[in-house]
Order: sequence, then C-alpha cells, then structure tokens
Amino acid sequence: MSLRTYFSLQEIQNEISQSQLTCTELVAQYLHNIEKKKHLNVFLEVYAEEATAKAKEVDAKIANGTAGRLAGMVIGLKDVLCHKDHGLQGSSKILSQFVSQFNGTAIQRILDEDAIVIGRQSCDEFAMGSSNEKSAFGPVLNEADNSRVPGGSSGASAVAVQADLCLASLGSDTGGSVRQPAAFCGVVGLKPTYSRVSRFGLIAYASSFDCIGPITRSVEDAALLLEIIAGKDDYDSTVSQSTVPQYSNLLNFNKKVKIGYLKESVESEGVSFEIREKLQNTIDKLKTDGHELTPIELPYLDYLLPVYYILTTAEASTNLSRYDGVRYGMRSANTKDLESMYKKTREEGFGKEVKKRIMLGTFVLSASYFDAYYNKAQKVRRLIKDSSVKLFEQYDFLLMPTTPTTAFKIGEMNEDPLAMYLADIFTVHANLAGLPAISLPIGKDSSGLPIGMQLVSNYFEEDSLLAFSKYLMNKN
Amino acid sequence: MSVYDKYQPVIGLEVHAQLLTNTKAFSWEASEYGALPNTNVTVVTLAHPGTLPKGNKKAVEFAIKMGVACGCTITRYNFFDRKNYFYPDLPKGYQITQDKTPICVGGTISIKTKDGLVKNIALNRIHMEEDAGKSMHLAEELDTLVDLNRAGTPLIEIVSEPDIRTSEEAYVFLSEIRKLVRYLEVCDGNMEEGSMRCDANISVMLKGAKEYGKKVEVKNMNSIRNVQRAIDYEIKRQIDLLEEGHSINSETRTFDASTGDTYSMRSKEDLNDYRYFPEPDLQPIVVSDEWLTSIKEKMPALPQELVKKFTETYGLPEYDALVLTEDKEIALYFDKICAQTNNFKAASNWMMGAVKSYLNELTLSINDFPLQPQQIAELIALVDSNSVSNSAAKDKIYPALIASPTKSAQKIAEELDLIQQSDTSALGRFVDEVLAKYPDKVAQYKGGKTGLLGLFMGEVMKLSGGKADPKITTELLKKQLDA
Repeated sequence: MSLRTYFSLQEIQNEISQSQLTCTELVAQYLHNIEKKKHLNVFLEVYAEEATAKAKEVDAKIANGTAGRLAGMVIGLKDVLCHKDHGLQGSSKILSQFVSQFNGTAIQRILDEDAIVIGRQSCDEFAMGSSNEKSAFGPVLNEADNSRVPGGSSGASAVAVQADLCLASLGSDTGGSVRQPAAFCGVVGLKPTYSRVSRFGLIAYASSFDCIGPITRSVEDAALLLEIIAGKDDYDSTVSQSTVPQYSNLLNFNKKVKIGYLKESVESEGVSFEIREKLQNTIDKLKTDGHELTPIELPYLDYLLPVYYILTTAEASTNLSRYDGVRYGMRSANTKDLESMYKKTREEGFGKEVKKRIMLGTFVLSASYFDAYYNKAQKVRRLIKDSSVKLFEQYDFLLMPTTPTTAFKIGEMNEDPLAMYLADIFTVHANLAGLPAISLPIGKDSSGLPIGMQLVSNYFEEDSLLAFSKYLMNKN
Repeated sequence: MSVYDKYQPVIGLEVHAQLLTNTKAFSWEASEYGALPNTNVTVVTLAHPGTLPKGNKKAVEFAIKMGVACGCTITRYNFFDRKNYFYPDLPKGYQITQDKTPICVGGTISIKTKDGLVKNIALNRIHMEEDAGKSMHLAEELDTLVDLNRAGTPLIEIVSEPDIRTSEEAYVFLSEIRKLVRYLEVCDGNMEEGSMRCDANISVMLKGAKEYGKKVEVKNMNSIRNVQRAIDYEIKRQIDLLEEGHSINSETRTFDASTGDTYSMRSKEDLNDYRYFPEPDLQPIVVSDEWLTSIKEKMPALPQELVKKFTETYGLPEYDALVLTEDKEIALYFDKICAQTNNFKAASNWMMGAVKSYLNELTLSINDFPLQPQQIAELIALVDSNSVSNSAAKDKIYPALIASPTKSAQKIAEELDLIQQSDTSALGRFVDEVLAKYPDKVAQYKGGKTGLLGLFMGEVMKLSGGKADPKITTELLKKQLDA
C-alpha cells in the first residue's frame, strides 16, 4: 500500500479522477494508520466496516458522476457531535452507552456531500479543558512529542489530522478548543463567527460561545467544510440567516491590508521567545509585502479570562443539568431515593474539571452573587464586543499567537489549573466577541513543537480571513 | 360581629393556561391532551444532548392576544429565561420561562360580583413559559412514573395583583379569565383536565391594617369552585390560627377536594434558588408594530364589548346581555340573528328560551344547532307580522323546523295551516256570529263583566280553526261590545 500523506481534498480528488486512487484504498490507508497509531489514544470508536462500506458507495457514485462535493474526504468527529445511531458521550462516563438518535445539522450536511466518517474522537470531558487530559478515557498524546499534550478540548481531533489518521476533523470551539490544539499539533483550526454554523447536534458547553469548526491540513479544506456546514437552520433559532459565501471559490488574495498585531505577542515575557520570534518574522515579511502593520493592545486583556470563566461556567452549569440519570446515560447503582440518584449519578458520572465548572457556574448564578458576577461579566462582554467593532473600523485583521507557549508536558499543569487556563488567553477573545478566528501553523520551535499563529477578522468575514490565510500559508 | 369580620383577606391568583397550539412551545411534536404516555416526545422534549429549543410564533401571538384583551402593555423586546431546578418531570433541569421581560405587563380584568358591584382586578403580568411533564404516583406502583407528553407544551401565566378580597371575587375573576381565553381561542379553559390551573396566594390582616399578613400559596384546585372552597377554608384556617395566638407560616399548601381542607406541602424557607438567567439558546423575540397591529386586527369581539353592544345598540336588559355572552358562540349566533331582525328582545328571548333549552336537553353546542340564525329571524318576523301567534311559532313551527331544517319557517307555518286570520271582514263575520249566539253574555258584558271577553275570543278562535289573529279579534270584539 502506498502510504502517502494528502494535504487537501483537492489532491485526493485529483488522484481519484486520474484513477490513481479510490476511496476504498484511502479508507484502508487511514484505518491502517489508526491501527498503527493506537497509542495516541485518539479514537473512542473507529467505524472501520461502516467507513469501508461507505467508501465503496462513494466510489460507485464517483464512477457514475453523482458524488457530492466531499467525495474522498475521510473525516473524524469530536465526541460532542450528534451522529445518528452512533455513540455520543462528550468523553464522559455520565453518557455511557448513549447513542444519538439524530444527525446534527453540520453532520447531516457533510454526510449529504459524501464525507466518510471514520470515527469518534476523544476530547476533554464535555469540551472543558485545554489539554485533552480531562477525557474520561485518558490523555491523548501529541504526535510531535508523545510526552506532550495535543491541547484541547478538541485535542484528539487535531492529533488525528496531524498524525494522518483522517484528512479532517470537525471539532468545537468555546474558548479556543479548535484553534489551540490546532496550534499545538501544527494544523489549521477555524472558529467561525458565532452563529455562522448551526449548533443543533452539538453537545452544549456554553451556548453563547460554542462554535463547530473544522480542523484540516489546508486552508482550502477549511473553506470548503465551512461552506458546507454553515448557514441557516430551522432547528437553531440563534443561527445567522445571512447567506453563506462560496468560501472555497473566494480564496484569491491580492490586496494590501491593515493589520493590528498584538503588542504582547512580540514583546511580552509571557509569550515564549521562539513564538515571538516567529511572529516577528511573519510581521516583517508582511511589511515587506506592503501591508500596513500596527502594534495594538487588545482591549480588556486582563478581563478576558475572568469574564470567559464566569459566563461559560454559568451556562455550562445549567446546560449540564440534563445529565441526571433519569432518562438516559449512566445512573449510579448507589441510589436510594430521588435525591441520592441525582447526587450519586452526578458525583460518579462527571469528572473533576466538569464538577468544578458546574459548581463555579452555580455559584455565579446564585441569587446573592448574580449581580456581582454574571451581570457584571455580561456588561464587560458587551464592552469587549463594542471595542472589537471599533478595532475593525481601523484594521482588516488582528494578528497574534494562538498560544503563549508550545505544547506542554502531560501532567505539567495538574498542580496549577490557572496556568492551564492561561493557555487560552489569546483565543477566548474571539469567543467573547463572537468573531471568526483561525490558527495557522507557522513553523516549529527548536524542539520540533509546532507553533500556531492566530488571525481574527470582522464578523462574517470568513471569506477574506480564509483568503488571507491561504496567502500567508503560501508565504511560509 | 363574628371574629371573622375583624379580618380582611387579601388574595392574588396565578393562572396557568395551556395554549392551544398544534405543536409544543420549543419543539415540533404535537401537544394534545389524552395521548398515551410518552408518545408526544422527541429528542427535544427528552432533552437529549445536542438538542435546542425552537421558537413557536403561534404561542407568542396567543400570549399577545390575551395581553391585548386585558389592556396590558405589550413588551416589544422579549427574551426568555431559564429557571433552574431538578425534578424528574423537568427533562432539561430548567424550565424556559420569562422572568425579566414578561410579554404582557399591567392590564386589568373587570369583574362584577353578585351584588352588582364592578371591580377592576389589576394584573401584574402575563408571561410565556413551557409546561413540565407529569409525575404519577400510582397506588399499586412503587416507582414514580413520569409522562413527558405535557413537557414543553406552551403556557401563559397570568399573575394578578393582590387585589382580590373575597373567595367570590376570585371565583368571578377566574370565570372571566376562562371566558376570555375561550373567546380568544387561546386555551380551552378546562380546569378538570388541567389545561387551566390556578394557584392562590392568600393572607389575612386586621381590617384597616396597612401591612399584608404572611401569605400562603395554595395549589392543586381542579375547578373554579374548588378555588373558592380552598380560599374559604384557608381564610378561616388563618384567622383561627391568629385568634388562637399563633402566627402564620409562609408555606405552600395543597388543596384536597374530597375534604375541602388544605395541607402543608413545603415551607417557603426551603425555597429553591432558581438561578434565573437569560436563555442563550433562543433568539430574543421582537414584537414589531406591524405584527402587533395584525394581531389586533384579528382580535375577535370580547365578552365585555359584546355586552356593551347588546345593551347599548340592541337595547337589551343587562341580564340578557350577560347570559348571551356567557358563551362566545351563542353570542355570535345571537348577533347574526340581530343582523336580520330589528326585534332584538324577541331574538334574545328565542336564544335564552327555546334555543338554549333545546341545546341543554341534548347537551349540544350552538355549533351543532340545526337552524340558521336567518331561520330564527324569520320566526320572529312571522310573529311580528301577526301571521302566526307566538305560541304557534314556539310550540309548533319551531320543533317542526328543527325536524326539517331545510324548510323555511313560512313554509312550515303554511303546511301546518297556522297562518292567522287577520282579514278583518272574515274575522268580522265570526265576531258577529259569536255575539249573536250569546246575547245574554253580551248583556252581562255590557253590564260590567268584561272578563267575558275571553269567552268570545275563544269562540272566534274555534270558528276560525285557531287561526284568528288575537290582537285584531280583540279589537273587533271591543268595537262591537263597547259601542
């Protein structure tokens, strides 16, 4: 078997059209890789037979010219995405044996375009975490260095692409959960504008932050996937009704743009030296190309994490109330009555990080603290949004590192959860403001660990964000 | 003076009305009463991971209709809130409701008590929310069973100010609300089936006191009558306690219809902190001028407007107007008769008499009544033109018409040979004949026994085969006798 790494769907479709490759062969290759890389602990379930059968079906469709636009795309799904008749548990014990009864909107749309789903990928429990160590199924390893984390919460989804276990993954991003692991794993991670993609079929962590986003090797694949999964949906009243541009046809970029780059990203001691250096190189190159680059300060930088943790935990504490042992999933064997059923089920079913966030959220929503925390945080979020609108009156893009450091060691942050939360410092801004943002691989540090750079654009300007990203990737 | 007269009860009501939408508040399955348990449930009702609520425009329109009918201010920018608590019949672990922005604010319900006093009961708010499922504790079953069919069905909650002072006022207030929701066709108002439910907040204070007493909430009354009973019981219980030197516990009590007593369910001290916050899964609802106007344009006539029309335009006694507007369909039927006759009082008499007794006897609704308003108007016209007598119309033509509703009243009157003789020359001959037959009686009449007029009348009737117009006959008789 020829083991070649494909970087985009285009490459695959080209080979298929020249009869050098079939979907069946492709799936076999990825299944082979998955088997070989089992130690990375990426997949909770691999749909070997089903994917093989689907590959045959797609091959037949290609032969008679009826194949969808994602024919040849082998994709993995983060374990927070509803896939009909397949297991779904948010990498939590509390949803043991749970099987989704419906396809989420994004999943239905990629299936309709003949994507082949190869398996369900681990993540931090209920997407809460930045290291993929908080999965009920153990840590996931970074392919670049197996002693290091892949980031999180969509860590396994990023490793799957990094280690060539599938061409792309769909993850979810509430505070950086697509972009941060993409940066740690050297792949592309896109978080669309909030409301660009229907959340129907995404396990809710924090409803007003959650976004489904693709993790890919190429900007082109990210563009195509977004184009397919985005758009209005009867099942999500909060989804944007605005039309979806043909991102994949709008990837040409030949403008001079104004970019505001975060001053800290080249100056702050909090950002590792090698990341600063890479950022500076990129900035210099862009200047040489005639773009206008200005150092900026991110408004309310010190408030981003507190506001993020108050609001997301508040929403999470009630979003997770449904896991009560009454209707589905796990019910503790140690229950005597209604109250002990609730308490024991949730005590035994949830992991430590999830329980911590539920308690935090319950606290900030409680009557005596609501104004001091939740209400105040909402006001600051409003200010953050307003200041973002202003920023984009001056700049086309914001540029900053995706993360202050490269991938850290497994277990390294266990004693210092606040340090772990800092890993999200640059990514939470886009979620608080609802802006689209992308993490692009811009090289490696001296130990060979990937470095990611983040670009943020104005609301619903994914088209120019993706076009500029492609232009940047071609430069590197 | 009894001790009970020293105290002033203060009552506020919270009325939940289940909206008659085809689908649930935030989901797409049917909402209907009486389906097999757990059949009207989808992944949304079951709160499966990944599901989202979905707005129901009809439910919003229904809530606005009720608000317009009660003269409330309609909130233009509405969002929903989550009310968080754990209970097995609450699948999401929170109820979607409106805490901060109730869709209707203020407004009043005008009530009239038995002694004829009109009183406006102020409303605090009307808000939208979803219902919970039903927990069932069956006698032969150890486990609690949960039926989620009702979970997620849309409700409005109508919250009154503590303006109600007697159980009778509460009774009338609830009757008015039931009448309103039925007129508006937003709820079937059926308390027995639980599609309308009422919680009562009751306290007592010494008359003249400024501060309300501690309030007790009473739940689980399944009829308007039982709300009245529960309030009566509770007022007495509270006064007795105070008279014995005890204080009132702020608590929630449940009403037992079999005994008429209330029992403590839980103390207000173990109150849940519901941790209300804005529901992030639903887009705020903006009520535009256009939308509000179109809802207002589609508003049906309301009972009080019809009472006004019936008394002022049709000149009916208030009693008639109230009886006729008790039921919307009856009122509208009556109004249609009035479009085709000018004898409104006769129309009212027909409705309250012959028509209602027919409906009552067969327990039919007016929608099943076989006659068209036009046909009742024809009956009235036949009587008014002296073509038939009132009793012939009621006792003979009306039943025959019901038996063959495709015929006209005129036709049936002719077939039954009931058209009255009003031809004065023909009647004059009968009158002459009768007076000639009883010369002694004529003499007695002229001597002052005017009561004999009835005898002459009866004889003329006989001769005419019952078709003599009594009015004209009387005139003719009197003309001859009094001459």
